[in-house]
Amino acid sequence: MAQTIIEFKNVVKSYEETQVLKGVDLTIEAGKFYTLLGPSGSGKTTILRLIAGFSSATSGDIIFDGQRINDVPANKRRVNTVFQNYALFPNMNVFENVAFGMTLKGVSKGKIKEKVTSMLGMVQLAGYEDRSIDELSGGQQQRVAIARALANDPEILLLDEPLSALDYKLRKDMQYELRELQQRLGITFIFVTHDQEEALAMSDWIFVMNEGKILQNGTPVDIYDEPINHFVANFIGESNIIEGVMREDYLVSFAGKEFENVDAGMRPNERVEVVLRPEDLDLTTPENGKLVVTIDAQSFRGDYYEISAHDDDNNEWRIQATNPSIINTRQGLTFDPEDIHIMRFDESEDDFDARLENYED
Amino acid sequence: MLKNRLFYFIPYGLWLILFVGAPIVLMFGESFLSMAHHFTFANYQNFLGSGIYLQMMFNSIWYAFLITVITLLISFPTALFLSNLKYKQFWLLLIILPTWINLLLKTYAFIGLLSKNGSVNHFIQLLGFAPQQLLFTDASFILVAAYIEIPFMILPIFNSINEIDNSLINASYDLGATRWQTFRRVILPLSADGIRAGIQAVFIPSLSLFMITRLIGGNRVITLGTAIEEHFLVTQNWGLGSTIGVVLIVAMVITMVLTRERKKRGRK
Repeated sequence: MAQTIIEFKNVVKSYEETQVLKGVDLTIEAGKFYTLLGPSGSGKTTILRLIAGFSSATSGDIIFDGQRINDVPANKRRVNTVFQNYALFPNMNVFENVAFGMTLKGVSKGKIKEKVTSMLGMVQLAGYEDRSIDELSGGQQQRVAIARALANDPEILLLDEPLSALDYKLRKDMQYELRELQQRLGITFIFVTHDQEEALAMSDWIFVMNEGKILQNGTPVDIYDEPINHFVANFIGESNIIEGVMREDYLVSFAGKEFENVDAGMRPNERVEVVLRPEDLDLTTPENGKLVVTIDAQSFRGDYYEISAHDDDNNEWRIQATNPSIINTRQGLTFDPEDIHIMRFDESEDDFDARLENYED
Repeated sequence: MLKNRLFYFIPYGLWLILFVGAPIVLMFGESFLSMAHHFTFANYQNFLGSGIYLQMMFNSIWYAFLITVITLLISFPTALFLSNLKYKQFWLLLIILPTWINLLLKTYAFIGLLSKNGSVNHFIQLLGFAPQQLLFTDASFILVAAYIEIPFMILPIFNSINEIDNSLINASYDLGATRWQTFRRVILPLSADGIRAGIQAVFIPSLSLFMITRLIGGNRVITLGTAIEEHFLVTQNWGLGSTIGVVLIVAMVITMVLTRERKKRGRK
């Protein structure tokens, strides 16, 4: 197991009356790409600021490399930040920005020049040393900000929604580059975003947050396939969420029918929520369908058709299909038992993990 | 469309021509006239040739310099402090407030404070010392001038500090800078425009102060401002008065050039 580099123990952060972090526990291991994912106001940036040292925890412990760092000032932490608006110093050129941290430490001129050159080469901005900041495009400023932070040889690089100001194409490119950079350097990255697609594409490990709490953490695949509750299911990808009843282990009923599934460990006849991902659903003839739905609308999305439909119980269904359908026709809907994911109401992450462990082995 | 926009400029354009352009032209012309209204360079010869006027010019520049330095030393820390306060706009208002009060009124208030029988001397006597001559000294002149100019220094500096994005300060700490290094390498360079504007707003008017020199300095401090007043109102030598005016304008232009915004560094 990799070495733990950052640990939060029951960390609370309050601003006057409002609690923005409500007792967060988390463990971050060295050398991985972590993402804090959540809507705005969920507390993800607060966690980043606590790690960077820009604000201090109201209570709880923040442990860095085995030592409590709650009272260590930002300039003494071996952590560097890439800011949302890049925060490049406008009074300095590209070279001076990247060299800033080193000049403070009294590194020799020759070493600084060498390091700045290699950092700018790494972010593909070789030869931009003398440019002023306002001559650079958003994407270039982004790269300078990354070079400036990494020039300090941090143990952890914090990235606060760094891609949100870039256009779609550039954002995609930067996602690959950041991921590649992290794997090459082996530095721990903690990335904050509200974009679930970005989180899934880049991370080794995701923390999903809402309202000052971590709701679920795990690999992108785990979180996508086994969301713990309604919020996570909705926030990560698109979902059909339908109320149902767990009749017994491996048998669930929803939309007026009973279906075989792969979940267990609940009370008999427990009320649950059923998640079916739009891409797991297939349209077929009404006779072959497990459910029969009426097509309401469809829209072309380039690589698939997004179809919305309703069943005889008036549940809304979203379906992703490769072939177009015909509006107002009745179609069969099929899915496999393993496509059905069951979520219990108010299940904690620990209970959820324990239950999964129990029946999966 | 262009015609329309020009139309809106007419009121201020007239104002500029009548009260800025014309006086400068007239003053410039007048400076080449003798008292008998003949064309002459005598005024300039007079000004540059006599030690008195050069002394006055030096005085003006020296006092304006002192006033500027003192207001800057007080204003920069104040502006820095204000920008970190929670209700900064309110505190700023308190600093702006005195500028709404008539200059003459404030000057008279200082006479009341500093005179032989003024409040300050009362206080000194209470402590058991003999009353001091406070009014009509260099120190009191500089004190009152600095008092009056301070808001004009604080405002531009405050604005420039206030505009510095907080994430730049955080970035500086993040990269390992101490508070002092952050101040010297980030805050100070980024507030340079405000400091320049403040220096212009204080130094230039201070060059031609004359009322405060009279009322508070008691004519012991003689600057170009007092000399101009003297020539126009007392000796009636408008030509020489105008020449000094031209010299003042030149001094202002030089100040503007010296404190202008430097081009940003970058690609050569």
